[in-house]
Amino acid sequence: MNDALWAPSAQIETLKQRANILAKIRAFFAAREVMEVETPCLSQASVTDVYLATFSTEFVGPSHAKGLPLYLQTSPEFAMKRLLAAGSGAIYQIGKAFRNEESGRHHNPEFTMLEWYRPGFDEFDLMDEIDCLMRTVLSCDVATRMSYQDAFRAHLRIDPLTIELEALKVVCGQYGYKDIAAQEQSVDALLQLLFCMEIEPQIGKDAPCFVYHFPASQAALAQLNDADPRVAGRFELYYQGMELANGFNELTNADEQSKRFDKDNQVRAQMGLPQIDKDQRFLKALEHGLPTCAGVALGIDRLVMLATGKSEIQEVIAFDVNRA
Amino acid sequence: MANYSTNEFKGGLKIMIDGEPCTILENEMVKPGKGQAFNRVKIRKLISGKVLEKTFKSGDSVEGADVMETDLAYLYTDGEFWHFMNNETFEQIAADEKAVGENVKWLVENDVCTITLWNGNPIAVTPPNFVELEITDTDPGLKGDTAGTGGKPATLTTGAVVRVPLFVQIGEVIKVDTRTGEYVSRVK
Repeated sequence: MNDALWAPSAQIETLKQRANILAKIRAFFAAREVMEVETPCLSQASVTDVYLATFSTEFVGPSHAKGLPLYLQTSPEFAMKRLLAAGSGAIYQIGKAFRNEESGRHHNPEFTMLEWYRPGFDEFDLMDEIDCLMRTVLSCDVATRMSYQDAFRAHLRIDPLTIELEALKVVCGQYGYKDIAAQEQSVDALLQLLFCMEIEPQIGKDAPCFVYHFPASQAALAQLNDADPRVAGRFELYYQGMELANGFNELTNADEQSKRFDKDNQVRAQMGLPQIDKDQRFLKALEHGLPTCAGVALGIDRLVMLATGKSEIQEVIAFDVNRA
Repeated sequence: MANYSTNEFKGGLKIMIDGEPCTILENEMVKPGKGQAFNRVKIRKLISGKVLEKTFKSGDSVEGADVMETDLAYLYTDGEFWHFMNNETFEQIAADEKAVGENVKWLVENDVCTITLWNGNPIAVTPPNFVELEITDTDPGLKGDTAGTGGKPATLTTGAVVRVPLFVQIGEVIKVDTRTGEYVSRVK
């Protein structure tokens, strides 16, 4: 045992600033009549997302003598959409999300997420509102915006929507990722590599930067764009080297959603990862009817890092995983 | 040699990169919320001493390097090899010019150095942080001068040249920081 690990990883002064930020966020949504909700951390369903690893546990007790498998949620998305389908109207949640296999300067396996949904908004309306929240909390400049395609064109001089795998491998080699490129068969994984390593450090330096119209192949839970189905209504927000938020013009079609889950499981099979049961209650909610809406998840810990000028996530949470 | 997955990466781990043994200096996980995770690793190549960055796909494995460090006392050089001895077992190891490299100028008889062995062969010699060496040549300084002025170059018995204060004279023994090559103090 290391005796020094009883103490918080954050200074008390930082935790005061964190509390102030949370109060500001709640006031922001109260003024806009967005309702705060709480959904389960422990869910009976997991997620098919190829790049998310869940923690699992088991409930043993009344009605479940043999144990009910439960998963710590990686985001409150499915449960919040079930509330939207049930007629909640605009909602937000500040809660814990859990992701296995993630730990580092910007990651703690347990972290705090702000997620909110706006019926009647598209992704650009929601970007306006996020921009407002950013300026309220960080007193920063108005955010800039660029499409995913333009980000690659401007910084790497390639078109991410048309480039072929072999050509992309050559580009990766030029940036020092020859070994990764040689073994990679996924265009999206290589685009993510270049985006993370070569584009992210270049954007959002002076003001937050929204990158929108992610490729359809990285749509996740976003609708495809009506005018250009090569891209999706998905955006991300970057500021000072940090990925802060991911948002969607939400996919409302249950069949399409179910197909995307199946596709995730196909990719999982190719990668030797376990198959994940589809969240049937979430799909049922979509069948019932999810209102047209936009939603976003924003990392509170990273927001506090920016507000307090800290470079490690452990400096803004009371006890990081090594002290938990 | 064992393979190490990116989850086992940490400072000090010795791995093979491009056929050369390396030590990991820093390891950072980079992961988009929706997407593939990567490890950005800062490494030092143990033979060339070069520091560079390398990115791995998280979950990939890398071959470990059979590297160990041992503390041995410097004995002498025969011109081709530099000989070191384990003070407890009296076992001797000879390092060649490539392994000794620039640090040849800090080798003092009987000083205990750290020898890095790869597959049992010496690839690097690290002298103690501080060594004491005699000045064989330097310009006569001005009387009454105090430390803090620019100083002057002084040549030591090993051929090393360091900047010393003006009051330090030929024949005096001085203490030098081998990591920076800077004068620390006179030794009485």
